[in-house]
Amino acid sequence: MTTQTAIAPQRAGQPHPVDRVNAVEARGIVKQFGTTKALDGVDLTVRQGTVLGVLGPNGAGKTTLIRILSTLVRPDAGTAVVGGYDVLRQPKQLRRTIGLTGQYASVDELLSGTENLYLIGRLLDLSAKQAKARAAELLERFSLTEAAGRPAKTYSGGMRRRLDLAASMIGHPKVLYLDEPTTGLDPRTRNEVWAEVQRMVVEGATVLLTTQYMEEAEQLASDLTVIDRGRVIANGTVTGLKAQVGGRTLRITPDRPAELPEMVRALTECGITGGHADPDGRLAVPITDEELLTAVIGVLGTRGFTVAAIDTEVPSLDEVFLALTGRQAATAEESAR
Amino acid sequence: MTTTTLTPATRPAPTASTAADTPTRVRDHLRHIGALTRRNIMRIKADPESMFDAVLMPIIFTLLFVYVFGGAVSGSQQAYKQWLIPGLLGTTGMNLAMAVGTGLNTDLQTGVMDRFRTLPIGRSSVLVGKMLAEACRGLVSYTVLVCFALLLGMDFKTGPLGVLAAVGLSLLFGMALVWVSMLLGLVLKSAQAVQGLGMLVLMPLQFGSSIFAPTATMPGWLQAFTKYNPLSNLADACRNLINGGPLTHSVTLVLLWSLAITAVTAPLAVSRFRKRT
Repeated sequence: MTTQTAIAPQRAGQPHPVDRVNAVEARGIVKQFGTTKALDGVDLTVRQGTVLGVLGPNGAGKTTLIRILSTLVRPDAGTAVVGGYDVLRQPKQLRRTIGLTGQYASVDELLSGTENLYLIGRLLDLSAKQAKARAAELLERFSLTEAAGRPAKTYSGGMRRRLDLAASMIGHPKVLYLDEPTTGLDPRTRNEVWAEVQRMVVEGATVLLTTQYMEEAEQLASDLTVIDRGRVIANGTVTGLKAQVGGRTLRITPDRPAELPEMVRALTECGITGGHADPDGRLAVPITDEELLTAVIGVLGTRGFTVAAIDTEVPSLDEVFLALTGRQAATAEESAR
Repeated sequence: MTTTTLTPATRPAPTASTAADTPTRVRDHLRHIGALTRRNIMRIKADPESMFDAVLMPIIFTLLFVYVFGGAVSGSQQAYKQWLIPGLLGTTGMNLAMAVGTGLNTDLQTGVMDRFRTLPIGRSSVLVGKMLAEACRGLVSYTVLVCFALLLGMDFKTGPLGVLAAVGLSLLFGMALVWVSMLLGLVLKSAQAVQGLGMLVLMPLQFGSSIFAPTATMPGWLQAFTKYNPLSNLADACRNLINGGPLTHSVTLVLLWSLAITAVTAPLAVSRFRKRT
């Protein structure tokens, strides 16, 4: 038996050719809860075999978007096609092509790891034997074999999240939704989850990932869609977006804080612009290309400044937001004039 | 590659395949129900304390009522056993039904229900699976009650067939109340609220009926209430099924009540379940 035969045969016709290229396509999605617009005309595209990171702060509408794309919530307006199936007209066929791992692990706490996976296998129309084999295979892959017989409530946070990931992969989904997969996990567990997602991508999965962390998006995604208050405010590749936002910042803590203004002056004299004192009393220099790193250190060294600490920082989501929403506000003002 | 599709403004609406969703095949549907029933039974196994009420309630109620009130109500404990136990058997299904709503409410508060709802299964199978598992719990409860009654020297005059018929009627009425219980579980915010409200409604209905005492000594207004209380009909029907007696009136009323309750609450529960996200 090959694992491929484990999926129930598709009972419907072949997806439209266009959708082989775009695994997920959503246009003009609107969803209103009471008087608040959770989503206000969101467009989103995930190319087949890539990872799209949907980045946004709490309450931006990320989870609502995922719930619409996985048929849990009906949009008020707009269309969405996943794996060639329409969320509104073909929910059942669509559900066969997706896997969802939510922010809160959706496993049955009282059942064991094996039982959880077996149940989902049976609900996906595997035979008892196939379901058992698939459960064992995934438990092994997610390093849960030892804990397989224990109730899920005894699992650590990371183990639960891994079991949840395993559960969403039982039906060999073409598209995986990961809704803030590492929120609330400690750094070590977070790395484990990242490694697992990276492995899925190597194996050809299409992934739609929501996150609040810029670092997570950088690690996993190739394309980014940034949403805020239910609207898409930026869209593009990770590198493109970073260039737009300003990329990394070099932060240098001077040995003698009083020298900070002199350091800025020295850099400007050597043609390195943008250096400034940050609120923490450090010298901050935006890094537009890698050579600038050595250039800055070189200048400071030859001028005889001593340095207590050197850090480079990826822009935080807050900074990305400040940059993006700031720019948007400016353009809106201009166009209003 | 297809970066052109990413250019804004002129993007066409996405096109889906034209194949319509087909309804779930009966065989698949039955398997889904089976798997979900199994899940609920496994949950009981993993948490044996949840069987306490099913096993202990019939024993505690029987002991309490027979020995505390029996002599006073019926003159002798033997006579009271014949009165009380068929009534208790009748309400067993109903008491278990209330647990379904509590369980459903708990499920809705975890991510498990979302998982089920993203699977290509009929939504009703989740509800039916809960109901069937509850029926299994009920079977344990009936068995305990009947065995305990035999131990106390109860006389099942019409034999096993009468008992089975009474159990069947009790289950039927219980299944009708499962829908009420599910509706409560879907409408109310917490599992505790479901349990609390269930108790609040069932207590007066149970005691304001012919389950525990003959209604002849009750005041007129209460007699009127007990007469139209379906639980009186249920208790009378079970009593007559087990002790022998006229059946047409009480059994017909129980059947009608079950049908009416199901007809009103089942569609409400299912539509509420579909809507709740």
